[in-house]
Amino acid sequence: MSKKKTERRDFLFTATAAVGAVGVGATVWPMIDQMNPDASVKALASTEVDVSSMNPGKTITVLWRGKPVFIRRRTQDEINEAKAVALKDLKHPEKDEDRAKNPEWLVMLGVCTHLGCVPLDQKGDYNGWFCPCHGSHYDISGRIRKGPAPTNMEIPKYEFVNANTIKIG
Amino acid sequence: MSDHEYIPKSKFGKWFNDRLPLLTLANHLTDYPTPKNLNYWWTFGGILTFCLITQIVTGLVLAMHYIAHADMAFESVEHIMRDVNYGWLIRYIHANGASMFFLAVYIHIFRSLFYGSYKAPREIIWIIGIIIYLLMMAAAFMGYVLPWGQMSFWGATVITNLFSAIPLVGEGIVTWLWGGYSVDNPTLTRFFTLHYLIPFLILGLVVLHIWALHVPGNNNPIGIDVKKPSKDTVPFHPYIVIKDAFALLMFMIVFAFFVFYTPNILGHADNYIEANPLVTPAHIVPEWYLLPFYAILRSVPDKLMGVIAMLSAIFILAALPWLDTSKIRSAVFRPLYRQFYWILVADVLVLGYVGAMPAEGLYLLIARVATAYYFLHFLVILPILGFKERTLPVPLSITEPVLGGSSNLVAARDDSRLEKLK
Repeated sequence: MSKKKTERRDFLFTATAAVGAVGVGATVWPMIDQMNPDASVKALASTEVDVSSMNPGKTITVLWRGKPVFIRRRTQDEINEAKAVALKDLKHPEKDEDRAKNPEWLVMLGVCTHLGCVPLDQKGDYNGWFCPCHGSHYDISGRIRKGPAPTNMEIPKYEFVNANTIKIG
Repeated sequence: MSDHEYIPKSKFGKWFNDRLPLLTLANHLTDYPTPKNLNYWWTFGGILTFCLITQIVTGLVLAMHYIAHADMAFESVEHIMRDVNYGWLIRYIHANGASMFFLAVYIHIFRSLFYGSYKAPREIIWIIGIIIYLLMMAAAFMGYVLPWGQMSFWGATVITNLFSAIPLVGEGIVTWLWGGYSVDNPTLTRFFTLHYLIPFLILGLVVLHIWALHVPGNNNPIGIDVKKPSKDTVPFHPYIVIKDAFALLMFMIVFAFFVFYTPNILGHADNYIEANPLVTPAHIVPEWYLLPFYAILRSVPDKLMGVIAMLSAIFILAALPWLDTSKIRSAVFRPLYRQFYWILVADVLVLGYVGAMPAEGLYLLIARVATAYYFLHFLVILPILGFKERTLPVPLSITEPVLGGSSNLVAARDDSRLEKLK
């Protein structure tokens, strides 16, 4: 571009293009956003689970937002094992206390953080979960120890409504 | 496009052609001068067109009976198989047709790699072809989700989760693709829509692919530029038409064998179990035609890098016309390239094999070596080979080695000399 003086016409071109871009954007956005989760999907936000019949060492799987959630009532040995792991040995360092507020209960999304498969219970090299799809090993706190998954299995928002009921979401 | 003015014989034909020159186009396609030495590897373009039409026609019919809803999709497919008249036949043609389509496209691509058909002036044909190949993979993947079996569901989960590897926006993109927090009904309905759309996009690109082809004309087994029309060419009709038709018949025998004798051998038994979001099948594998890329994905221990490696393995093909620095097209005159070509073929077959095996131990090691070699071939070997390789003399025309006239013909004709170099 030479040092031409800005003319009235340049201003009009720029202004037209700007208004056009906003118009196109405003038209395209609804077409894109319609694919995001709709109101009925968002409405299914929470699930309540009765855990009164669970003994230590048992895991149940419940469905929350279309995804499996593992609830494990851990034994004292398992809690000790989870707490004994040094943070420097972890790919995604998290303390067991931060993952299980009540150490007896581990509540986490049963979704492998690699590509979303459901890991298998009490399998793998770390006495926790093993994902059959691409070989990720998780420990008894659901932390990634070996394999391609980048992070620990996610802990959803949950609370004990009373001693026997967990509300997820 | 046409090298000569075409004038229809009938008065109506002339009247019509002056207004819409369809007859000129038909005449161009009939007379289109084709190198006369095209071998059977060149018949796969026609075979692929047949495959596309087959998929569109059978797919259209299946869509009249299929219900794209998470609660009904699985049953509606069983309904097609058991109740709909000839439903089993139409579905088996459609399902095996996808595999046949990929079989043909891989032969077509490797034909191009051997004879250097991607080189100037055919780069645009090649790149359009790669886009078609990508769309084929997308269509095949989404089509596999529609029966809503276990492999459908978990295949969709794994593949859409590839996008979660993207930093920052990855999770948002995956939720957007799903229309929820997991693969569910919204995912199914949009996949059905796109699965219906993509074949028509491919059809449009096929028209561009052929249009771009008809500008320089076909490459040929000795990879030289051919004067058109000349002693080196024959008209497309009837010479190539009849050859293509014969090859298509042979291909249809193979196709029919799968449809009628082993219709499920290329599928997975797990897909006859309805989708269950709580249980992942013990061993998830994609369809055979995606296995080499799956092996590359799994051979990298890091999630993001694995996804990047897998996508690069496909996109690197688009850069091939510039990565291959050799001026000689056909591998017939490139003794070293010919060896590397066959190593690459073996490498891709090995990747396909380990892609179907569990990602551990020796299989993982082999997958890593084969992945490394795949990239080595395109990024290191090909660029260097163009400068270092001593190529054989190339004849000046297709007829020259037969009719004589130049010293080059000795090299082109003497098969024993070629044999020694192999």
